[in-house]
Amino acid sequence: MSSDEITRREVLVLTAATGGLLAGGQLMWGPVSPAAAQDAASTPTPLEVMLRINGKEHRLTLDPRTTLLDAVREHLHLTGSKKGCGLGQCGACTVLMDGKRVKSCLSLAALMEGREITTIEGLAQGEVLHPLQAAFIERDAFQCGYCTSGQIMAGVACINEGHAGSPEEIREWMSGNLCRCGAYDHIVAAIQDAAAAPSATQGG
Amino acid sequence: MTTAFIGQPVSRVDGRQKVTGAARYAAEFDLPRQAHGAIVRSTVANGRIASIDSAAAERGPGVVAVLTHRNAPRLPYSPHKGAVDPQVGERLHVLQDDRVSHQGQPIALVIADTVEQARHAAALVRVTYTPESWTTDITRVAPVQPTQQKTDQGEVRPPATRRGDPEGALASAEVKVEQTYIHPRENHNPIEMHATIAAWDGDRLTLWDKTQWVHNTAEEIAAVFGIPAQNVRVISPFVGGAFGSSLRTWPHVTLAALGARAAGRPVKVMLSRREMYYGVGYRPHTVQQVALGASRDGRLAAIMHDGYQETSTYEEFSEALLNASRFLYSCPNVDTRHRLARMNVHTPTYMRAPGEASGVFALESAMDELAVALNMDPVELRLLNEPERDEFKKLPFSSRSTRACYRAAAERFGWSRRSAQPRSMRDGRLLIGWGMATATYPMNFAPASAMARLLPDGTAEVTSAASDMGPGTWTSMTQVAAEALGLPIERVKFVLGDTRLPNAPVHGGSLTMASVGSAVQAACRKAREDALARGGANDLLEAVRRIGQPVEASVDTNPGDESQRFSMHAFGAVFVEVAVDPDLGETRVRSMVGAYGAGRIVNPKLTRSQCIGGMIGGIGMALMEHAVLDARNGRVPNANLAEYPVPVHADTPPVMEAIFVEEHDLHVNPLGVKGVGEIAMVGVAPAITNAIFHATGKRIRELPATPDKLL
Amino acid sequence: MHPFTLERPRDLPAALAFGAQAGRNDAPAEYIAGGTDMVQLLQEYVRRPDRLISLAGLLDNRVEIGPQGLRLGAAATMADVAAHPRIIEQFPVISEALLNSASPQVRNQATMGGNLLQRTRCPYFRDVGYAACNKRAPGSGCAAVGGENRWHAVLGTSEHCIAANPSDLAVALVALGASVEVRRAGGDRTVPLAEFHRLPGDAPHLETVLEPGEVITAITVPASPMARRSHYLKVRDRASFEFAVVSAAVALDMDGGTIRQARVALGGVGTKPWRVPRVEAALAGGGLDPAALRRAAALAADGAQGRGHNDFKIELMQRAIVRAVEIAGARA
Repeated sequence: MSSDEITRREVLVLTAATGGLLAGGQLMWGPVSPAAAQDAASTPTPLEVMLRINGKEHRLTLDPRTTLLDAVREHLHLTGSKKGCGLGQCGACTVLMDGKRVKSCLSLAALMEGREITTIEGLAQGEVLHPLQAAFIERDAFQCGYCTSGQIMAGVACINEGHAGSPEEIREWMSGNLCRCGAYDHIVAAIQDAAAAPSATQGG
Repeated sequence: MTTAFIGQPVSRVDGRQKVTGAARYAAEFDLPRQAHGAIVRSTVANGRIASIDSAAAERGPGVVAVLTHRNAPRLPYSPHKGAVDPQVGERLHVLQDDRVSHQGQPIALVIADTVEQARHAAALVRVTYTPESWTTDITRVAPVQPTQQKTDQGEVRPPATRRGDPEGALASAEVKVEQTYIHPRENHNPIEMHATIAAWDGDRLTLWDKTQWVHNTAEEIAAVFGIPAQNVRVISPFVGGAFGSSLRTWPHVTLAALGARAAGRPVKVMLSRREMYYGVGYRPHTVQQVALGASRDGRLAAIMHDGYQETSTYEEFSEALLNASRFLYSCPNVDTRHRLARMNVHTPTYMRAPGEASGVFALESAMDELAVALNMDPVELRLLNEPERDEFKKLPFSSRSTRACYRAAAERFGWSRRSAQPRSMRDGRLLIGWGMATATYPMNFAPASAMARLLPDGTAEVTSAASDMGPGTWTSMTQVAAEALGLPIERVKFVLGDTRLPNAPVHGGSLTMASVGSAVQAACRKAREDALARGGANDLLEAVRRIGQPVEASVDTNPGDESQRFSMHAFGAVFVEVAVDPDLGETRVRSMVGAYGAGRIVNPKLTRSQCIGGMIGGIGMALMEHAVLDARNGRVPNANLAEYPVPVHADTPPVMEAIFVEEHDLHVNPLGVKGVGEIAMVGVAPAITNAIFHATGKRIRELPATPDKLL
Repeated sequence: MHPFTLERPRDLPAALAFGAQAGRNDAPAEYIAGGTDMVQLLQEYVRRPDRLISLAGLLDNRVEIGPQGLRLGAAATMADVAAHPRIIEQFPVISEALLNSASPQVRNQATMGGNLLQRTRCPYFRDVGYAACNKRAPGSGCAAVGGENRWHAVLGTSEHCIAANPSDLAVALVALGASVEVRRAGGDRTVPLAEFHRLPGDAPHLETVLEPGEVITAITVPASPMARRSHYLKVRDRASFEFAVVSAAVALDMDGGTIRQARVALGGVGTKPWRVPRVEAALAGGGLDPAALRRAAALAADGAQGRGHNDFKIELMQRAIVRAVEIAGARA
């Protein structure tokens, strides 16, 4: 509201009219009801959670609010899976769950018991890179590298699903993974290369 | 064994780290006893905090401390302005008083054991405000002249320039175009969200931070806390994209340090995606009027370009919106005026090709409109107005390859098959359009330092506190170093991103290759010469073996007087094919060819990546990106990555080409490089909207070109 | 996230006993299945249940096709339904709507039941920095009316709420006359999908007819000759991975070049998945010539109300109908 030329009284009216849209002059994360505020002092019961990540079992005591992504990053220090939004809108957190690609930021860790989770750290066989990892280097399919883990995990799934038939198909089936550096053209080339490699359909 | 690495398509030396998830970014240096910080942000655009109640937050499980303006220590905030900071105004101070000047301003910091606890406790802080009148509607702001900025180098960016008699020439011009072009606010949105881990050891502070300039971060935080800069160490080996958002040191870095001091523990602060719209800058909304006058045969008689952009109430940020209009074409009568719309928003900042991206959108749209009015091919119009020298600076160009770029790109694109008439090309239901635009970005060269260390085993470590947000500094510097040392590339290790290393300039403005590269080259040459001399051998390996201890050479490089003698810019041309669905209004880019005269290309593999990446960024700018500012209150309702669309894989044109025309520029810097990071973004949006006009006959003068504008 | 107790009941009756309620922000307990929308809303403090009851493993995830039609278990994932060969063959509009939704990852996680219950993308609903949202906080006002409303609905709105329903799947399903099977402690009930979502009226916080303790167990779609010749058309700003600006689901029963019967529904424009019976009636008996299609599609604008930024949707949705009918009509 440009209020350069309006009077103080109008300002007050405007404040009443449009300021009221906002969180009652509250905080960015919004008003919490008094009852909820009191309740908040209580600790949510921590949960014992057994997560199976890259073939290894991890027993963790987790806040029920902890997402699978935060569990691997903050608790297991497997920071290869990236957080780019925490809202399922970027794909940087992509992991494989029972061989299928999922966004780990949208899953509560406590609900992942019994699932086989593969992260980027579990993709290479020792020192031998997965063909898609090697193709990413060869094709220069990344710049800053932050979306790369998610692109590779999604790309592995894309190949395994049989969605790597043409560049157009790859582009559609990789569209859940944003790359702000704009490496898309090279990512598609890398996926095509890896799809043609003999040992590509593995990993997760 | 070859050691000629410059110009070779070397794969990234940090590639393995990046494809295995081993590369560590700012938030990934977890420390023992580390706590987590969450920021409470204002929900008014202007006013004072009337009350702030943190009692419930303090009682929250795991909460260590809640800092507000009432209990936070008063910080010295000593004067400090880096080259990336606006020269007029004062940076935002956090938790120092009850003033709020914009939405999303940090007003409290909660520290807790876990990120879940910190975020929740932040939601329990109760705030009331005494709002004051505010300005958040750019359509109702009277733009003002920027404060005259005198710097050591003189007025780097004059707010207004004038030559000849632009009004007279325009009035008498045979053909005229006068239009207004609008570019909305855009956010950098790197996929890595900004994060800082701060750890104090007595009065020494270590920051793991997402930054494009470690030394500036150290200096800024030292100034804020009133401690010597050498007490602040900043570590930033990998930056998950930035595009300008990590140039300045933003308030959350201060908050992380403040929180760590209050908690007596290391503290990590990672912004949420929504917070990324309220505290790390953005490309400002701009409104530009362009008037072109020309003779019937297409010679420019007048260029008038008047633009204004949003800035905050506390700083005057201005970008190089009008620079290109002053010299890109030959024209005797030119008037440019830059103004600022002061609003209750946080300060905008540089975003990939700052100024040029938006300014050239206006100029190159107007040029296309002029070509239409003249019934002339748009390439021909540009060739006709090609200047022999920079008519603004009155200097020769160090090199200018526009003609070669038009030719190379047009040929690859197949431009000669273009049918001039709008709506004359079709593919089934779809309308096909071909458009083009010119691109330019200045060659920047800043002082830099580097150190080369040759070891007796014949390996070398080369260091400079540079940054790599994606272009490949790790790799290109290794190439330059290996070539200068005459060593195989595997024997050379380049290290960056730490204030303990020799000073490097800001990683922005496409100046890293020119500046750091020149320093690295010089340091390596010196180390090699020293080793050969001291070792008394013609063979380097033999020499260092004989010396038996490390040989070090440090070099500081500085620009000479070349900027007084030459106008130095990279130039390019972008050609685009779009398909527009005339019924549904959807535009998709089918083909994009960019040709660039950017001096020497150190690594064509990485440079191609950078260029096609910039083109993708340009598609976002042209077709979808728009951070909507709610004019009623200054919030950004679409502050996420779902309602703020950026290009996805499916938006990639099936054909993308980046051509580097041969260019040997002996004047710009010792390496002869110009940088391509920014220019790749320039010209893309107007090439697309010009192609949309060619497809549909509809001129898009307000970005982005979404379906609603094409019905 | 607001602290919650996470319950992982052993079976469905135990889950129902918690009496959680879908789609209401004031519900103290909520169910979570795929979680792809729920976790976003928890992260942003839009939903703050004290209890979250997991439905993982408790619901049917099968896809069954018989002479009566199609039955989708509530826990079937978007990916599994979209890829089902007989759905692709017999109900292409469903597969297409799903494949045009979200991302491959989310389609592996998100379920049929959850898809119908996903909350609006209205940015004011999702930014708790705005106090005014009648859907989030009943009686607080609507920031979208008079605000930035390019994202918002033009059909079924009220002065209290103009938020658009975001589901693509629901648009396809409502066109095909689908029903929702609901279980509660006392037994089952079936609700036509067209009656499942509520109009905002003066109570936009009530989004569906679900009562506390009710859970979607399945979606059924009656067999129909039209489903085979169906199409989902989605208009958006970028080429993929985006909610609809406007969408149209169309199913046709053709007799040569004549439309015997048609089903048409719209997305991105309605406060609920929006079927347009008047358009269907006008199409029936006619051909595929563009002028006739345009005349029929124009009836979709009945009662449409733009709020400024979204005015264009009234025209665009008509064009989307025309295009979708043309494409479906051209199908064998």
